[in-house]
Amino acid sequence: MSVSILLFLPLIAALAVLIFKGQTAKHAALLFSLVEFGIAIAFLTQFKTDASTQFAVDYPWITKYGIYFSAGIDGISMIMVLLATLLVPVIILATYSHQYKNPSVFYALILFMQAGMLTVFTALDGFLFYVGWEIALIPIYFICALWGGENRIRVNIKFFIYTFAGSLFMLLAIIFLHLQTPGNTYDIHDFYNLNLDQQKQTYVFWAFFLAFAIKMPVFPFHTWQPDTYTEAPTGGTMMLSGIMLKMGVYGAIRWMIPLAPVGAYLWQNTTLGLAIIGIVYASIIAFKQKDGKRLVAYSSIAHVGLIAAGVFAWNVNGVQGAMIQMFNHGINVVGLFFVWDIISRRVNTREIGQLGGIAKVAPKLALAFLIVVLGTVALPLTNGFVGEFLLLNGVYQYMPWASAVAGLTIILGAVYMLRMYKNVMQGETNALTATFTDLTGNEILVLSIIGALIIFLGVYPQSVLHISEAAVNNLVHVINDKTTSTLLNLPPKQ
Amino acid sequence: MNTLILISVLPILLLYLGLYKAKNALLPVTVIGLLAAIGFAVAEWNKDVMPIYHGMMYFDRFSVAFSVITILSTILIILLSKDYFERISDHVAEYYAIMLFSLAGIIVMVSYNNLTMLFIGIEIMSVSLYILAGIRKKDFASNEASLKYFLMGAFSTGFLLFGIALLYGATGTFSLDGIRQWVLDNPRNHDPLLYTGIVLVIVGLSFKVGAAPFHFWTPDVYEGSPTLITAFMSTVVKTAGFAAFLRLFDACFSSIADFWMPILLVITIITLFVGNITALYQQSFKRMLAFSSISHAGYLMFAIVALGAASKNSVFVYATAYSIASIIAFAVLILVQQQSGSDNFESFNGLGRSNPFLAFVLTISMLSLAGIPLTAGFVGKFFMFSAALARYQFWLVIVAVINAIISIFYYFRVIIAMYFRNTDRVQVSTPAYYGFVLALSAIITIIIGVWPAFISNLI
Repeated sequence: MSVSILLFLPLIAALAVLIFKGQTAKHAALLFSLVEFGIAIAFLTQFKTDASTQFAVDYPWITKYGIYFSAGIDGISMIMVLLATLLVPVIILATYSHQYKNPSVFYALILFMQAGMLTVFTALDGFLFYVGWEIALIPIYFICALWGGENRIRVNIKFFIYTFAGSLFMLLAIIFLHLQTPGNTYDIHDFYNLNLDQQKQTYVFWAFFLAFAIKMPVFPFHTWQPDTYTEAPTGGTMMLSGIMLKMGVYGAIRWMIPLAPVGAYLWQNTTLGLAIIGIVYASIIAFKQKDGKRLVAYSSIAHVGLIAAGVFAWNVNGVQGAMIQMFNHGINVVGLFFVWDIISRRVNTREIGQLGGIAKVAPKLALAFLIVVLGTVALPLTNGFVGEFLLLNGVYQYMPWASAVAGLTIILGAVYMLRMYKNVMQGETNALTATFTDLTGNEILVLSIIGALIIFLGVYPQSVLHISEAAVNNLVHVINDKTTSTLLNLPPKQ
Repeated sequence: MNTLILISVLPILLLYLGLYKAKNALLPVTVIGLLAAIGFAVAEWNKDVMPIYHGMMYFDRFSVAFSVITILSTILIILLSKDYFERISDHVAEYYAIMLFSLAGIIVMVSYNNLTMLFIGIEIMSVSLYILAGIRKKDFASNEASLKYFLMGAFSTGFLLFGIALLYGATGTFSLDGIRQWVLDNPRNHDPLLYTGIVLVIVGLSFKVGAAPFHFWTPDVYEGSPTLITAFMSTVVKTAGFAAFLRLFDACFSSIADFWMPILLVITIITLFVGNITALYQQSFKRMLAFSSISHAGYLMFAIVALGAASKNSVFVYATAYSIASIIAFAVLILVQQQSGSDNFESFNGLGRSNPFLAFVLTISMLSLAGIPLTAGFVGKFFMFSAALARYQFWLVIVAVINAIISIFYYFRVIIAMYFRNTDRVQVSTPAYYGFVLALSAIITIIIGVWPAFISNLI
C-alpha cells in the first residue's frame, strides 16, 4: 500500500465528478471523498507510531534535475492526512443545502484542491512540495472568485497575489537548497543533512517564513485573510480555514525550521513576537466585529497565531500542541463557519446586532453552536483545551512572559466568542429570528459529527497525540542537537 | 540540410499553386510539406554530424530541436490561417510562400556555424516579415507597422553587420569555431575591436528579439500587423532570435562572460520591468500580449546571462512553452476579435459562459504564461530560475520574482473578464481547425507541465 493512491484518487475523482450533471455531482463528490477518508483510515490502521516514514513512494520524475515523485507518511503527516480527508466529506455535506451554479465544477475544484493539499502534507521532495502548494491555490482561487460574494474579484486577486508572492520566494529557497546539496537533488533528507552557514540559513529561513506566514496567516501578513474568508462561499471558507492554512503550519514544522534551524534560532524572538502580537491584535479586532463570519475569521487569526507561536518555540510540547491544535482548529472553525452559514441562509444577514433569541426557536442549533463555541474557547473536556494547554506550555518553556501574553487568547477568545453566542442565541426573539427553523437533515448530521469529535478529542486527546508523538520527539531533538552543535558560541538573538 | 532545402523549395511550389488558382491545395500542401520537413529534421537527430559546406552550417542537436519547434509552431499558426487570409486579401498563396521563406531564414538562424550565415538567415527572415507586417495594403495600421519594422529592422541589421565586421577585424574569421579558438588563445588580449564588436552584436540581436531598451518597435508592429502574423512574430521569430543569440554566445564568448554578462544583466532587468509594467496598463489584449512578449524575452535572457551547460535546454523548454501558450492566446483573440470587433479586455467578458472551451484553453494559456505549476510555463520559469541561481544571480532572480508577481495582474485580468464578468453578447463559435489547434496546444502545455522529462533531456 503506498501513498500514491491517496494522492491520485482525488485527482481522478475530480475528473469523474465533472461528468455528473446537476445536483447529482455533490453525491458523487461525497462518495469519492468518503472513499478517500476510508483509505486514510486504512493507512491509519496499518500505521506504526514510530518516527519512521511509511507507505513511501519514490518514482523518477525529472531525473536530470534531481526531481523525484517522492512522498510518504510519518506521524506528523498522518494527522494532516486524517484532517484533510476527514474534513472534505464534512465540508461537502455542509454545502448540501446550497444550490451552487455548475455544481460539478464546484465539487471537482474541491477535490482537486484536496489532491494538492494531500501532496503538500506527504511530499518528501522539494519540487513536489512546491507543486502541491500551488496546485491547492488555483482551485480555491476559482472557488472563491466564481461563487463568492460581491467584492470577490478584488479580494481574490489580492489573496492570490499575496500567496503566490510568498510561494515564489519559497521556490527560490528550495532551488537554492537543491543547488547546495552534494548530489543536486530535491530530497528532503539531503536538505536535512546540509550544513549551511548562518547567513545562508537566515535567507532560507526568511524565504520560507514569507510563504508560510502569508498562508497561516501571521501578523502582519494577514490582511488578505478576513476579506477572503468573508467573501468566499462557505465551502471555500471552510476549505481555506479548515485545511489550507494548516499547510503553512505544517510547512514550518516539516520544512522551514528543520532546513534552517540556525536561521530559525537566530530570529526566534522576532517570529515568536509576531505570532503573539497577532494573537492579541486579532482578538481585539474580533471583539469589535459586527459581521459574524468576519468575527470567526479574526478569531481564526488569533488561534493560528498561538499555533504558530508553539511551532516557533520549537520544543516537544509546543510542536505536539500545534499538531493536535491544527486538527482541533480545523474541526472547530468548520463548525463555526457552518453555523454562520445556517444562520445567514435563514435570515439573510450576518449582523450580530440584528440577531437574538434563536435558542428559543432552534434549540438543536443552540446546543450544537454551544458545543462548537466551547471547543473554540478551550473549555476543559473539549478538544481546544488540550491543544491550547500544550501550546502555552511550549511557549512557557521558551519564554514565560510570552506565554502569559499568549494566554490572553483564552481570555479574550472566551469574551468575544461567548458574547457572540449570547447576542445571537440568547435574549428575546425579534422579527427576524421569530420564524427561525431549527436544524434539518444534513445540518444535524454535520453538526453531530463535529460536536462528537469536539467532545471525544477533549476527553481522549491521546488518540491524536500518540500518532505524532514519536515523529515530533525525533524531529525536535535531532534539529535542536544540530543547532547546538553547529553554533556552540551563539551570537545574540534578534 | 534536407529540411532547409525542402522549406526553401516549398514556397516556390506554393507560388505556382497560387498562379494556377489552386487555392484549396495551399493549406494541405503547406502542412504536408512542413510535416515532411520535421521528418527530415528528426532523421538527422543524434547522428554524428559535422559542420558542412566548409563549416557554414552545422545541423547539431540544438539546430534540430529548434528547427522542429519552430516548424511545429508554424504548422499550428498556418492551420489557424484557414479562412483568415482569404478574408483580408486575394493573394493567398503569397502569404504562405512568404511565411515559409521567413521560416527558411529561421532554419538558417538556428543552424549557422558562421557569422555570414547568421546574417543571411536574419535577413531572409526579416525581409519576409517586413512584407508580412504590411500585407494589408489598404490598412493604415498595417502600413505603419511595416514601415516601422522595416526602418528599425534595417537600423538594427546595420548594428549587427558592423559588429560582425569588427569581430572579423579582431579575430580574422567569420567561423564560430575560429572565433572561439581565437578568444581562448588570447585570453588577455583586451582588443577593443572584439569588445566593441560584441556590444554591437548584442545591440543588433536585442533589436531582433525585442529586448528593452531596443523594444520600441514591438508594440506598434505587433498591434498593426494582422493578428496571425503577430502570432508568428512573437512566437517563431522570437524563438529563432534567442536560439541564434544563444548559439553565438555559447559557442564563442563563454570564456569572456565577465565582459558581456553585466551588459546583458542590465538589458534583462530593464526588459523585465518595461515589459511587465507597461503590460499592466494596456486596455487591448493584443497590446498586452505584445508587452508580455517583451517580458518573456527578459526571462529568456536568463539563459544567456547565466550561460551554462543547461542553457540550451532552458531556452528550448521556455521557448516551446511560451510559443504554444501564445498561439492559444492569439487564436482565441482572433476568434473573439472576429465576432465582437474589438480586442479590448471587455470583449472577453462572459466568454466562460458563451464558449466554455475557448475560455478553458485560454485559462490554461494564461496560467502557463504566468508560470503556474502543472503547465509548461512553470517548467520553463523553473529552469530559468535554477540556471540563474546556479550562477549566484540572486538579485536577478528576485527581480524576476517581483515581475512574475506583477504579471499575475494582467494575465488574470482576462481570466477575470471571462469568468467573473457577464455580458449579454452573441455566441462565439469555434471553427474545427481552431478547435484542433487549441486542444492540441492545451494538451501539449499540460503534458510538458506534468511530465517535462521527455523534453528537458533533448539537447
